[in-house]
Amino acid sequence: MDSTLAAVLSVVVLLGALALAYRPLGDYMARVLESPRHGRVERMVYRVVGVDPAADQRWSVYLRSVLAFSAVSIVALFALLRLQAYLPYSLGHEGMPPWQALNTAVSFVTNTNWQSYSGEAALGYTAQAAGLAVQNFLSAAVGIAVAVALVRGFARTHTDRLGNFWVDLVRITLRILLPLAFVFAIVLLVGGVVQNLAGDTTITTLAGGPQTLTGGPVASQEAIKELGTNGGGFYNANSAHPFENPTALTNLLEIFLILLIPVSLTRTFGRLVGDLRQGYALLAVMASLWGTITALMVWAEVSHAGPALQLAGAAMEGKEVRFGVPMSAVFASATTGTSTGAVDSMHSSYTAYGGGLAIVNMVLGEVAPGGVGAGLYGILIASIVAVFIAGLMVGRTPEYLGKKIGAREMKLVSLYVLATPAVLLIGLGIAMATEAGRSSILNPGPHGLSEVLYAFASAANNNGSAFAGLNANTDFYNIGLAIAMLLGRFLPICFVVALAGSIAAQGRAPATEGTLPTHRPLFVVLVAGVILVVAGLTFVPALALGPIAEALP
Amino acid sequence: MTLAQTHAPARPRIGSGAFEPKALVTSLPDAMRKLDPRVMWRNPVMFVVLIGSALTTAAAIVEPSVFAWSVTVWLWLTAVFANLAEAVAEGRGRAQAATLRATRRDTMARLLGGDGAEAVVPATDLTVGDLVVCEAGDVIPGDGDVIEGVASVDESAITGESAPVIRESGGDRSAVTGGTKVLSDRIVVQVTAAPGHTFIDRMIALVEGASRQKTPNEVALNILLASLTIVFLLVVMTLSPLAAYSGTTTSVIVLVALLVCLIPTTIGALLSAIGIAGMDRLVQRNVLAMSGRAVEAAGDVSTLLLDKTGTITLGNRQAVELLPAPGVGIEEVADAAQLSSLADETPEGRSIVVLCKERHGLRAREEGVLRDAAWVPFTAQTRMSGVDVDGRTVRKGAAGAVFAYVAAAGGQTPPAVAAAVDAISAAGGTPLVVADGPRILGVIHLKDVVKEGIRERFDELRRMGIRTVMITGDNPMTARAIAEEAGVDDFLAEATPEDKMALIKREQEGGRLVAMTGDGTNDAPALAQADVGVAMNTGTSAAKEAGNMVDLDSNPTKLIDIVEIGKQLLITRGSLTTFSVANDIAKYFAIIPALFVVAYPGLDTLNVMRLSSPNSAILSAVIFNALVIVALIPLALRGVRYRPASASRLLSRNLLVYGLGGVLVPFAGIKLIDLVVSQIPGMG
Repeated sequence: MDSTLAAVLSVVVLLGALALAYRPLGDYMARVLESPRHGRVERMVYRVVGVDPAADQRWSVYLRSVLAFSAVSIVALFALLRLQAYLPYSLGHEGMPPWQALNTAVSFVTNTNWQSYSGEAALGYTAQAAGLAVQNFLSAAVGIAVAVALVRGFARTHTDRLGNFWVDLVRITLRILLPLAFVFAIVLLVGGVVQNLAGDTTITTLAGGPQTLTGGPVASQEAIKELGTNGGGFYNANSAHPFENPTALTNLLEIFLILLIPVSLTRTFGRLVGDLRQGYALLAVMASLWGTITALMVWAEVSHAGPALQLAGAAMEGKEVRFGVPMSAVFASATTGTSTGAVDSMHSSYTAYGGGLAIVNMVLGEVAPGGVGAGLYGILIASIVAVFIAGLMVGRTPEYLGKKIGAREMKLVSLYVLATPAVLLIGLGIAMATEAGRSSILNPGPHGLSEVLYAFASAANNNGSAFAGLNANTDFYNIGLAIAMLLGRFLPICFVVALAGSIAAQGRAPATEGTLPTHRPLFVVLVAGVILVVAGLTFVPALALGPIAEALP
Repeated sequence: MTLAQTHAPARPRIGSGAFEPKALVTSLPDAMRKLDPRVMWRNPVMFVVLIGSALTTAAAIVEPSVFAWSVTVWLWLTAVFANLAEAVAEGRGRAQAATLRATRRDTMARLLGGDGAEAVVPATDLTVGDLVVCEAGDVIPGDGDVIEGVASVDESAITGESAPVIRESGGDRSAVTGGTKVLSDRIVVQVTAAPGHTFIDRMIALVEGASRQKTPNEVALNILLASLTIVFLLVVMTLSPLAAYSGTTTSVIVLVALLVCLIPTTIGALLSAIGIAGMDRLVQRNVLAMSGRAVEAAGDVSTLLLDKTGTITLGNRQAVELLPAPGVGIEEVADAAQLSSLADETPEGRSIVVLCKERHGLRAREEGVLRDAAWVPFTAQTRMSGVDVDGRTVRKGAAGAVFAYVAAAGGQTPPAVAAAVDAISAAGGTPLVVADGPRILGVIHLKDVVKEGIRERFDELRRMGIRTVMITGDNPMTARAIAEEAGVDDFLAEATPEDKMALIKREQEGGRLVAMTGDGTNDAPALAQADVGVAMNTGTSAAKEAGNMVDLDSNPTKLIDIVEIGKQLLITRGSLTTFSVANDIAKYFAIIPALFVVAYPGLDTLNVMRLSSPNSAILSAVIFNALVIVALIPLALRGVRYRPASASRLLSRNLLVYGLGGVLVPFAGIKLIDLVVSQIPGMG
């Protein structure tokens, strides 16, 4: 089949599948989150952990639970990675060095999955399956729980209760992520992804040389890696590795899994606030931004500007022949637009514009469509900023979904908006100002700057993908990026949960003709505009010295 | 004639709202004084500009050049222009305050002792509870309530209205204001406000902006602006190492210039002027808002409670139609109706004379013309009035009374007349019957006349999402008829203060913001409960205390204006914020290529304005950034044009003008400035 036609068909199938899943999954998640009943297994978990599932939490308690749970997760994962030599199925790997273990623990608990190690060369099965894969579930569930707390803030009135974090965490894991991951792991298995505990197999290649093939529980980890927008590959090559992503079909499935939950959560949001149109509006913002960037990225890669690429006939460096150029670009846009960070091609080898667009996708704040949960609360924050300015322009003090955006709300929203760019810019600034930061750069000139910009954009926005080239396994980057990941994840979460508490306490102003409608196309344009302008104004200088300078020689 | 024209008479007391360019010059000294860092600290955006200006000055001294000094001067001008905006706004208030202060002369008070003896003391020595005597010619020494006597008072000092008003003890007309003048009679006033806290003192403080506190929305906006400023501060700070890596150096001057261009200086500079001007627009309409919070709340109001009389209808019932009895000619009815009303000085009586003249061509007959006429005045017992002349006994009055009178004279009531009377009552009107001796001549239809244009006004309000509720003491039938005619959304008939209060609470429970007017003491609780409570200046001091605004003209229709002013204030803020942020796009296109074109010549592609040189590009952006503040001062003071419309339409219009405009205008502006700047030696 013609490769263009194949790409078009793939995109049509992708969008069709997302459209089909949107309603049932979105509604199902809403039901799960609001259901009054507890399952038998769930009740057992609550008893073991010692939580009262009926206790509705204040925002401060909810936040403390999130932070405490995440802190314990980091410590546990750190210990597991350090001590893996003493655990079964270590495949003879030593414990991870301390700074790298810290970086990795933070990375997986923050749903970033930045990997400064090489999976098959550093980790055994226990660390992968009991450590990383478990965090793939839990960190995703934490993200969704925080988003749900914010949505409850909008849905509820005159209350200081936002729900129970432990109940949300357990339900999201057991009723949403686990079943979906189970089903799709089997689908991936059927599609050719490996799943075994076979360890290394040494084969003789056609050329006659020996090659070591590492097997492992890959399919089970692959499904949640994409579903939970985690992105940490079992293998170093991530989804470009034929054992993780063997065919064009599994590639398409993985793109679908990456987008599935972030997109469907807008339906859940509409359900929970009792106005589906509000969810559609957010979906429209996500879709228009992601659609535009994806189209541009595909165009940049397919047209492969530049003499070397023109000579080669295609921008194939760093891309797999079995996926082709267009679908590699779609994957790249999906993975950077969702804070997933899985890659099926090497972003560093993209054209200057293509690589730049991957960075743009991340610095938009991971809202189009963003990570599981994080995308929803990110776009809600953007909506509040849009509502604040637009609300004034219609002559009312701003309100969103009937909730007034006053000084306290604006303080929290401003802090949220400030947090991630601040972490990114300060990290980038320090890296470029110090020898420790600059010495890891592989390519000179603007591409080298892009490498560092990409690393901090990826860490601060909890994406996890990397511009290969930068040597990130140094103390500077292991520690620096760990700090960026921590702050980039938990500062926004603090502000979001506090904001949820603030708006839940309010009553609801009824919508009138004088109220700014937040479900119309004009509002969609406005939110998209706010996201683009805020990110644009913040990152244009850095982008100008990186990808843009590279693109305009 | 629209309502807006009917109730905003130009008053000499308050300066007009027009912006005079001369004010820019006269306010310059004030603007310079405001460069004090301790003052500018309160405005984080402009404080950053101030620090930046100081930094560039230092840099320009160390390494002088035409470029360095040009940028430095324009940065200082940016800070001055921002202060200028505030100074101009405050200057207008100060002019108003001066006029007010002139009325607050050093008054002496005649303090009434416990033994009835009077002592003359300065008004400033009065305390709350003191009793003072005021006679014709005295200036009332302080705010208070009349507890004895009745007097006519000239309140033009505060209302601008020259006609005297009656103030009397007890009832709803007992409040007097310090600084007003007694024209006749003698009253005893109990002081209710300590010196320095009187109504006029508060007015002065308000228009001067002395007691101005940031309103909640202003605080929220300031937070957003501050956080944008921090983001840009970080952007500029990290630019240094990025530029160094890229093989180019960035001077302090260039970095500061970039920072000042990016942070939202336009809105930061104009924000407080917008707030002051908003209060000012209210004052121009003779409304005093006791807090900026109330003005903001006015923009959010979704339910308006309006008193029927004076707001929706003209003050009194008017004759609108004559209905002759069977077999009686219309001329005869008109003649009798006019005759019987000539001596009737009530507004209803006068309206009958007017109707007869306009509709039936009857000219007024002077009383003297009808010699020997015996006028029968209206009394509560007879409920009729009329005249005995030339052997005729013409009577006009309430239907029941006239029917009884006719019956006593041996006449009969035709069934058609009784039917007409019932029909008028059912339609919410008041029927008056005219009789000549035993003969019933016809019926006069009196009705509440709904103000012209009010229906359209309510339609506008509905489009703005505001529900109107008419409050009236009438019975439900009458109320419904008027409500339908006026086009209000709902009405509250036979309303008691308790009913009003309950209605307000009910609306507020649904999350709606309620605005109302009131004047009586029994309105006070409802005024306090309402989100926007406008007390009439003619009202009691209790009502004035309870409300958060006072209308000096005592015109209840003004509530609608207040809502519009509140909205206009918020729209101006939002529009200029949008404009300010949208400006940054063009500034990046000017500055980014200028900064890095040496390191990466390819970036010249981004120089879409084709600015002549890096230096002139940066300077042009800085100059544009400063000039746009001055250019927008008139808009900030006047407020963005506001036409009542639905939120969607307002948004699309303002986004188009201030969003898209904000993106495009600076491209043209910076290019034009560059054409001039590039001519300067050492810049091109």
